[in-house]
Amino acid sequence: MTATIAAAGTGTTARAGVEVRLENLRRRYGPITALDGLSLTMAPGELVALLGPSGCGKTTALRLLAGLEDADEGRILVDGHDVTGQPANKRGVGMVFQAYSLFPHMTAWQNVAFGLQMRRVHAAERRQRAGEMLELVGLSGYANRFAHQLSGGQQQRVALARALAINPKVLLLDEPLSALDAKVRARLRDEIRRVQLEVGTTTLFVTHDQEEALAIADRVGVMQSGRLEQLGPPTTIYSRPASAFVAEFVGLTNRLPGTVARGAVDVRGTRLPLVQTDVPDGPAIALIRPEAVSVLGDANGASGPLVGTVIATVFLGATSRVTVDLGDVTVLTQLATSEAAAHPAGTRIRLAIRPDPVLIARDQPAGEHR
Amino acid sequence: MGAFFLVPIAAMFEFSTRGPTDASPRTLSAWLSIAQTPELSSAIIASLELALLTSIGMLVLLVPTMIWVRLRVPAVSRTVEFLCLLPLTVPAIVLVAGLAPEYQWISLNFSDSILTLGFVYLVLVLPYAYRTLDTGLAAIDVKTLSEAARSLGASWLTVMLRVIVPNMWVALLNACLLSVAVVLGEFTIANLLNYENLQVAIALLGRANATVSIAVAVAALLLAFVLLVVLSFVGRPRSGVGRLEEEGLSGFGRQLGGGLR
Repeated sequence: MTATIAAAGTGTTARAGVEVRLENLRRRYGPITALDGLSLTMAPGELVALLGPSGCGKTTALRLLAGLEDADEGRILVDGHDVTGQPANKRGVGMVFQAYSLFPHMTAWQNVAFGLQMRRVHAAERRQRAGEMLELVGLSGYANRFAHQLSGGQQQRVALARALAINPKVLLLDEPLSALDAKVRARLRDEIRRVQLEVGTTTLFVTHDQEEALAIADRVGVMQSGRLEQLGPPTTIYSRPASAFVAEFVGLTNRLPGTVARGAVDVRGTRLPLVQTDVPDGPAIALIRPEAVSVLGDANGASGPLVGTVIATVFLGATSRVTVDLGDVTVLTQLATSEAAAHPAGTRIRLAIRPDPVLIARDQPAGEHR
Repeated sequence: MGAFFLVPIAAMFEFSTRGPTDASPRTLSAWLSIAQTPELSSAIIASLELALLTSIGMLVLLVPTMIWVRLRVPAVSRTVEFLCLLPLTVPAIVLVAGLAPEYQWISLNFSDSILTLGFVYLVLVLPYAYRTLDTGLAAIDVKTLSEAARSLGASWLTVMLRVIVPNMWVALLNACLLSVAVVLGEFTIANLLNYENLQVAIALLGRANATVSIAVAVAALLLAFVLLVVLSFVGRPRSGVGRLEEEGLSGFGRQLGGGLR
């Protein structure tokens, strides 16, 4: 039997993305619960990034979807079909791994053609499609090279082409950029997104790198202890985090003590609205983004709750992160590098806090930055 | 170091080419008579058959087991290692004491062929083969490669034969070479169980015709040496850019996996 695979070369759409639903997935390893009732629905053609610290269950979720592990409970539906009990080789899922996974004894071309061979695709079609896939990832000139003759980034691009060559229902990316250096990583990240948009395959991307997740995904799911803490567009995740964990995991956060009263929190003389609606009145820790803290100007000889001394400046390129000692607590602020240069270490400056809605985390000490 | 090995071999070769008397000229008659000594020929053939059988048995038994243990039940890898290394600690004479009744039963009820020694030789080569294969498996990321192949639609058999085995074939050749060397050099068990393999035949021949006996011993050593040289060439990593091939496998991988789609 010869399977027919739709053309998916450059500029054409391989398969309309399918809906993927994970329903109440649970997975335990002995006493450890890796997934604790994870539910997630991915729209056709959507790229969802699962983000979280090591051990939060994001890779387990991906492996369950790939069929590389079995769920203890729950269902996995791909395009409306229950694939929970299906073995990995029957799921039609393409996967790119964190570790380099090209078959070392095969050339790039042979690697890409492998999945098609498993599907008994005719040799001529296989040759054409493997060539198209390599062209899609910009490596058509590297078809005859073995894995050891390719750089890390090139290997991952071939792995992406290999995963896409089988015209998968779902594309799974398990931290595919983590072994690469920063520059290659950023370039390949953009390339993965370009290719994903081009082929339109529903994609689950697992990473612990918040910048990567926010940059590449249509929606980001932040996981903790086997549960999905928040799922939403990157802008929402960053600017309206649903929990203190999300706020602290995604981006740096100042933890400043304040007092909650009548639905707002007073932080060093600035009244800020609350994201949460159920916060009782009393002392609390407000989580404030560095970019919500600005510098009003020098404050030589002056005093006040938001007057402090610059103790460190970290150059980040276009912006710099400035650490200010307010006496009882340190505050991070993110400024344009030219502005930061005007306030070297030792300078007394006056800060202001933008009145954006803030989250409250009351059970942990103040003065830390996460 | 080379002299340590070469001097005795040269001395053996010198002895095997001596004539009947001190005054006789050098002769290769002892070497030429190897093929003309029926007992010796049959012993050589039997030993080669045993080497082949043992190697095949070792590969069939160990390779899938070790890959499976590594992938699916890594918790038992220590137990498997212990079992495979155990024969090293048991002296051949003790092994024979335990095996003698078994072989008596086998020769009475099953077969008295010398090839039945393959069972015990399989046990004998386990420690060497296990270590070699384990090193070969450790050199590749078996888990990731097999998961990648599985996600691309490969069955477990295909994963093993077309993805794992082609990437550890140097280790497989090494394991086979060691097995062949152990089998060709084995004397104690065959002798005590009254089978005539190469080493037993050499020993028996040594009582009647010492020069032929030594010639055979040198020939066996040369055979092992040739095998090592062949292996060192075959085992070299390939270099350079491969040629685009129509099918999805190349070189040794294609030979191994070609018929298993």
